[in-house]
Amino acid sequence: MEATLDLVVPILAATLRVAAPLILAALAGLFAERSGVVDVGLEGKMLFAAFAAAATAAVTGSAWAGLGAAILASSALALIHAFACVTLRGSQVVSGMAINVLAAGLSATLALAWFRQGGQTPPLTGAARFAPIPLPGAEWIAEVPLLGRLLVGVVGGHAMPVYVAFALVPLAAFVLWRTRFGLRLRACGENPGAVDAAGVSVARLRYAGVLIAGVLCGIAGAAISTAQGAQFSPEMTAGRGFIALAALIVANWKPWPVLWTCLGFGLLDAVAIRLQGVPVPGLGVPFPVQAIQALPYVLTVILLAGFVGRATAPRAAGVPYVKER
Amino acid sequence: MRRLVLKALGAVLLSGGVAAAQEIRPAIVFDMGGRNDRSFNEAVHRGGQEFQRATGVAVAEFEVTAEPQREQALRNFARRGHSPIVAVGFAQRSALQTVAAEFPNINFVIMDSVVELPNVQSVLFREEQGSYLAGMMAAMASRSGRIGFVGGMDIPLIRKFACGYVQGARAVNPQIQVFQNMTGSTPAAWRDPVRGGELARSQIERGADVIFHAAGGTGTGVLQAAADAGRLGIGVDSNQNHLHPGRVLTSMLKRVDVATRLAFEQARAGQFRTGRTVLGLSEDGVGVAFDENNAALVTAEMRSRIDQARAEIVAGRVTVHDFMTNNSCPVQ
Repeated sequence: MEATLDLVVPILAATLRVAAPLILAALAGLFAERSGVVDVGLEGKMLFAAFAAAATAAVTGSAWAGLGAAILASSALALIHAFACVTLRGSQVVSGMAINVLAAGLSATLALAWFRQGGQTPPLTGAARFAPIPLPGAEWIAEVPLLGRLLVGVVGGHAMPVYVAFALVPLAAFVLWRTRFGLRLRACGENPGAVDAAGVSVARLRYAGVLIAGVLCGIAGAAISTAQGAQFSPEMTAGRGFIALAALIVANWKPWPVLWTCLGFGLLDAVAIRLQGVPVPGLGVPFPVQAIQALPYVLTVILLAGFVGRATAPRAAGVPYVKER
Repeated sequence: MRRLVLKALGAVLLSGGVAAAQEIRPAIVFDMGGRNDRSFNEAVHRGGQEFQRATGVAVAEFEVTAEPQREQALRNFARRGHSPIVAVGFAQRSALQTVAAEFPNINFVIMDSVVELPNVQSVLFREEQGSYLAGMMAAMASRSGRIGFVGGMDIPLIRKFACGYVQGARAVNPQIQVFQNMTGSTPAAWRDPVRGGELARSQIERGADVIFHAAGGTGTGVLQAAADAGRLGIGVDSNQNHLHPGRVLTSMLKRVDVATRLAFEQARAGQFRTGRTVLGLSEDGVGVAFDENNAALVTAEMRSRIDQARAEIVAGRVTVHDFMTNNSCPVQ
């Protein structure tokens, strides 16, 4: 029993850690795409936010200031995206990719110019990082057999952004499905004409969706550079924005499935890390870790191609809304 | 009158150009990661700077930020008559192959790879020897009898580090358990400190208390995770002991700075060597770093055993298997 727990607890804890930025980014994509604006710029916004967070935290010595800067920086990029897609009615995919390219170049260039460390920011210590928060009352909860260890080891001991990510899932579900704002936002993504006919501004709602995405990507970026990592380095998001996009598609643009999908991807990753180099029983060859790393993308392709299940995107996503004259 | 002045000016410029062409005009093309990566590229930069300080000859530099720039950068330097041109990193191999063939009168140096052309010096390192010493130190410092290795992209060169490391660790403690992880199979594996940290944590959770990284930028996450958990990390390429003083046991040095300086000095003396140059312990091309940041971690016994092993490898009494000779490692 103890041995199993020794194995399982770290894997589950790693799952939550790895999944947190994915959840934040996928929820960001959820808000933007539900409002009818396709957002392939999650990666870029996260990367730029990671830079803003690490740079600000390095200068001010405060992780919270870093988080604030990250949200501002990411929202600024989101505003550009919204302006290009909603006001100018440009191609949403092109704008998103442009933001990715812009963020990759700008973050590395600014980091190089300001800190002169090859595009990295100085390593963060102390209050400049989000430290792990132990579970309140961990000493006596740990006494409870089985459940106690799981609670303390898996649920406790994460940094603030991890808890924020998980708390935001029910919040997103509530806002999108139980409030007037959410209903209108989703309607914008399905049938903007109807929203317009009801006398509600489609442009304003889409701006709101994209800006919420900006804020969420900001938290995700700060999580990467000031909670999981302790400095910014160029391209450190390493494709997490695209994995989040894949998770959003697999989850069929719904908040709770987003949570399960991201946890699934996180679990696969955590297991893959521990299986690396371990021979497959009966085959004698090492476990093919690359296969697991490719799985999110493979799964997305399969779903999009319609082999298994069905990916139903918001109907009006990707189409700029033109008011009838 | 005006035309005459122009002519004179032209003559001055021309003669200036001829005089400069007789001097060498060295150049460095860094790989992605950039000049100040606190690791591989930075070491080359340091070698160039040392040469520049000693001789007063300016060393031109270019930082590649995207894949297609490699060939452009090399060709631009070659066209402007820079020679020798140092291409940093195995990733520049194909670009250098193309450009070196186009400019047979320009000399090139490539680090970490081989280009079989008459005007190219290919510098290789015996990483297995340096990693062997790092493995010995890890095994001596480990209390749990378990140590770890985190590689960047899964390529034979990185396996070579891992293989030397395990051999060295086993030489100290035949029973030692070594966890090995590679970050990924794409170039993104060099730039993912978060994943590096996760890999290190997974090894620490299994009991590893010394972790060696050969993972470029990903490695900063490895060293950070080791330091956060109160364990020891081992740096690579450049001396990374200062990143977390007292929490980095040592760094496996790859003296690309020495190789760079040597190549420039050869060229300046008119004795540029083409073909393969292999730098190992006997040439001081690889080694382990001792400085004030890790002084408290290194015991006298450790130091003497390392010196002894080094002498034995140099003398040929101990041979360290090179993974790349047969793409396999005798130890796991």
